[in-house]
Amino acid sequence: MSTSTETIEQLATREYKHGFYTDIEQEVIPRGLSEEIVRLISAKKQEPAWLLEWRLQAYRTWLTMKEPTWGNIKYGPIDYQNIIYYAAPKKKPALQSLDEVDPEIRRTFEKLGIPLEEQKLLSGVAVDAVFDSVSVATTFKEKLAELGIIFCSFSEAVQNHPELVRKYLGTVVPYSDNFFATLNSAVFSDGSFAYIPKGVRCPMELSTYFRINAKETGQFERTLIVADEGAYVSYLEGCTAPMRDENQLHAAVVELVALDNATIKYSTVQNWYPGDKDGKGGIYNFVTKRGKCAGVNSKITWTQVETGSAITWKYPGCILQGDNSIGEFYSVATTNNWQQADTGTKMIHLGKNTKSTIVSKGISAGHGQNTYRGLVRIAKGARSAHNYSQCDSLLIGDKCGAHTFPYLEIRNSSATVEHEASTSKIGEDQIFYCRQRGLSTEDAVNMIVSGFCKEVFRQLPMEFAVEAQKLLSVSLEGSVG
Amino acid sequence: MAPSLEQYKTEFESAQRRRRTAESAQQTRMREDALSRFLELGFPTTRQEEWRFTSVAPIASQSFTLAAPAVDAGPVDVTPFRFRDVCAAELVFVDGHFAPALSTRSALLGCVRAGSLAAAVSAHASEVETHLGRVAPFDRSPFVALNTALFADGAYLHIPAHTVLEHPIHVLFVSTGGGAAPLQSHPRVLAVLGDNSQASIVESYAGPGGARYFTNVVTEIVLGQNAVLDHYKLQQESADAFHIGTVYLKGARSATCASHSVSLGGALVRNDVVAVLGGEGGGCTLNGLYLADGQRLVDNHTTIDHVMPHCGSREIYKGILADRARGVFNGKIIVRPDAQKTDAKQTNRALLLSEDAQVNSKPELEIFANDVKCTHGAAVGQLDEDAVFYLRSRGLDRSEARRLLIHAFAGDVLNRMPLESIRIGVEEILQRQLAHALDAAA
Repeated sequence: MSTSTETIEQLATREYKHGFYTDIEQEVIPRGLSEEIVRLISAKKQEPAWLLEWRLQAYRTWLTMKEPTWGNIKYGPIDYQNIIYYAAPKKKPALQSLDEVDPEIRRTFEKLGIPLEEQKLLSGVAVDAVFDSVSVATTFKEKLAELGIIFCSFSEAVQNHPELVRKYLGTVVPYSDNFFATLNSAVFSDGSFAYIPKGVRCPMELSTYFRINAKETGQFERTLIVADEGAYVSYLEGCTAPMRDENQLHAAVVELVALDNATIKYSTVQNWYPGDKDGKGGIYNFVTKRGKCAGVNSKITWTQVETGSAITWKYPGCILQGDNSIGEFYSVATTNNWQQADTGTKMIHLGKNTKSTIVSKGISAGHGQNTYRGLVRIAKGARSAHNYSQCDSLLIGDKCGAHTFPYLEIRNSSATVEHEASTSKIGEDQIFYCRQRGLSTEDAVNMIVSGFCKEVFRQLPMEFAVEAQKLLSVSLEGSVG
Repeated sequence: MAPSLEQYKTEFESAQRRRRTAESAQQTRMREDALSRFLELGFPTTRQEEWRFTSVAPIASQSFTLAAPAVDAGPVDVTPFRFRDVCAAELVFVDGHFAPALSTRSALLGCVRAGSLAAAVSAHASEVETHLGRVAPFDRSPFVALNTALFADGAYLHIPAHTVLEHPIHVLFVSTGGGAAPLQSHPRVLAVLGDNSQASIVESYAGPGGARYFTNVVTEIVLGQNAVLDHYKLQQESADAFHIGTVYLKGARSATCASHSVSLGGALVRNDVVAVLGGEGGGCTLNGLYLADGQRLVDNHTTIDHVMPHCGSREIYKGILADRARGVFNGKIIVRPDAQKTDAKQTNRALLLSEDAQVNSKPELEIFANDVKCTHGAAVGQLDEDAVFYLRSRGLDRSEARRLLIHAFAGDVLNRMPLESIRIGVEEILQRQLAHALDAAA
C-alpha cells in the first residue's frame, strides 16, 4: 500500500515540478521512439542546444528513411518502437565471489586464459582493494592528461570540450548517412571520445577496458577519435570476454579523423552473444565505422576480429582525402552455428598517391553465412592511387556459405587496383599431417585456422592477438568432427 | 504505364495480328505472358543492383519501330561480315528476318537442322517448344521478356546425337538501321546439341556505321551429355547502336562448353552470359574481350552457376578503354550446396588508355559448398611504363610500343579462341580501332 501511495505522490509532485523527467534516476524511460524521447535523452545528459538540434534533425531524417535490405543477411523485422532508447546505468547486484558467476562463462574465461582478477572485473564481481580498477584507470588518466591527451566518455566530452565535439561530430559520418547511423545520431547514449594534440604520440593503447564508466554504454554508442597533426594513437575497442548482453539491436557509430601526418590504429575484438546452437537470440550488430584521412601523409588502420553477434553488418571505411594518405583494413570474421556476417570495407581514394590495403579472412562453420562486401573507389582526381585487396574464405562443414562482393570503381587511369579472392576448405592432407605429428583433429583445425588468420592477428596489439586467437578456437568449438 | 512502354505494347499487338495462325496456342500464351512481365518490370534503372552502372535511358526514351520482313534484301551488303573460312552453313538475317537468298547451307550434313526459327516453330513445334523459353527465363530480365514477346525470327540449330560438325555454323544478324525511323529487332537463337555431339557456332552482329538502332537478342543453348560446343559472339554493331544480348547455356552431364564474346561496336552494349552447369563433370569456359572508345559504354555481366558436383569453370574477361569510354564487368560464380569438388577460376582485367576512361568491376563469389576451389582476381591499370621504355630502348617509337603492348594484352584472350579465322578477323578489326583510339588519345 505504501508504495502505491508513494507513486501517486510522485506523480502529483512531478506535474507540479519540472515536468515528467525529474525522477529518471529510478526509472527507465518509456519504450519507443519519438521526438519527446530524443529531447528526453538530450535533457537527461544536459546537452547544449546545438546537440539537441542535431539529434532532432537526425530523428526527422530517420523518419523518412527505409531500413536497408541489400545486405546478404536474413532476420526478422525489428520493432523500433519496442526498444528502450535510454536506460539509466544498470545497477547490477555485485556478486560476492566468482562462484556465483555463470559456470559457462567461467569455462570460457579459463579457455581464454584471462587472469583471475580480470575475470572478476569482467563479470562484475566486486573487486578487492589489491586490484582496484578505478585507481588503475585514474593513474592512466593522469599520465595521459600530462601529455594533453583527452580521453573520456562522450558525455563528459560534450560537457568539458564542446568546441572539439562540435567541430568534428558528424564530419565523417553525417547524421543523414544511413538508416542505422541516423538512428544512432538521434538517440546515441554514450561512447568514447579521444583527442590527441599536435605532435603527441600516445604512449599506451587506449582502450575502453581502462575506462570504467564506459561500461554499460548500451546499444547506441558513439565514438569520436581525433588525431591532430603528427599525432599517433592506437585504440582498442571491446574486450575478449563473453558479453551476455540480451539487447537485440546494436547500432554504433565510430568516427575517426586524422589530420596531417597523423596515424590512428583502431582495433576491434567483437564477441557479443551470437545466439544459441539453434540460432535463437543473439545480437544484431549494425555498425557504421568510418575514418577520414583529412591531412597529408595521414594513416588509418582498421583491424577487426568479429566472432560474435547473430548478425554483423559493418563496413569500416577510409576516406583518403589527404595526398599520400594510407588506409588499411585487416579483418577476421567467423560465423558458426546460425551466425551471419556481412562485413567488409570502403576505401574512397580522393587524394593523390593514396594507398589502401585490404586483407579479409572469413571463416564459416556450421550453418554460418559469411559475406565480404567491399568498395574501392578511385576518384577522378586521385592520381597514382594504389589498392591491393585480398579476401580469403575458409569453409568448415558443408552447410555453411561464403560470399564475396567486391566493388571496384575506377575513374582514373593512373590507378593500380588489384583484387584477389579465394575460397577453400581445410585440406584433408593438412589435417592428416598434423594428426601424424600427434595433434588431435580439433587442435589441427585450430592450428590451420590461426595460420590462415595470422596476417590479421599480426596487426593487433600483442596481448590481444593472443586472446583473439584463443577466442577464435572457442567460437569454432564443436564445428569439427 | 510509361509512354515508352505503351509503344512496345502497340508493336506487340500489331506483330501478333501479322502472325496470327503461324504459332501454337502455347507459343502465343508465352508471348503474352512475357509481354505482361515486361510491362510489369519496365526498363531497369540504375537503382537496381544489376544495372547500377548502366543507364538504359537512351533506349527507353526513344521510339523504335519493329522491322517489317524485308521484301528485297538486295541493297544490303553483307560481304564484309561474311565468314572468311569454310563454314558448314551461313544463316543471314536482315533486321531480325531470315534472308534465304543471302544464306548458304551447302556443306551441311543432312541430319543437322540449321535454319529459320519461325519456320521451325511451325514445322517442328514439339521439338522447339521443349526448349524455347525454357532455358532463358523471362521473369527476371525485362529484356529477355521483351525479346520473348516480340521476336520475329532467329536461328534454330539442332545437332543430333553422335554428330560431329567439322566446320562452324555462322549466324549473321545485320541491321539496316532504318534511317529516320530507327528500327528495333529482337533476334532469337536456339541451339540444341544432342548427346555426344560436337559443334562450333559463331554469332555475328553488325550494322552500317553511324546508324542508330536497337538490337535485343536472346540466345538459348542446350547441351546434351558429353556434348562439346565452341560458341562465339562477335559484336560489331554501328558505333551509335544499342545492343542488349543475353546468352543462356545449360549443360548436361560432362558437357563442355566455351563461350567467347568479343564486343567491338555499339554505343550502349550490355552482354549477359549465364552458364548453368547442370550435370556432373561439366566444364565451362567464358572468355571475353571488349574495346570501347569515344563515349561508348560496354557492360558485361556473367554468371556461372555450379549446380552439380565435379564441374570446372574458367573465365577471363579483358577490356580496353580509351577516350571517355566506360566499362562495366560483373562476374558471379555461384556454387550450390551440392556442388562439391567445384573448381572455379575467374580473372578480370581492364586497361585504361586515357584519363577520362572509367571502369567498374565487381567479381562476386557465392559459395554454399565446402569442398571447393574458387578464386577470382581483378586488376585495373594503365600500360606499364617500364615495358614501354624497354621497347623504346629496342628502337620502337612510343605509339608502336604502346600498340604492341595492347596487342599482347588482348592476345591473351584471343589466343584462347580455337577458330583461327575468328582470331585473325578480330585482330584486324582491333588493330584498326586501336590505331584510331590511340591517335585520339595522343
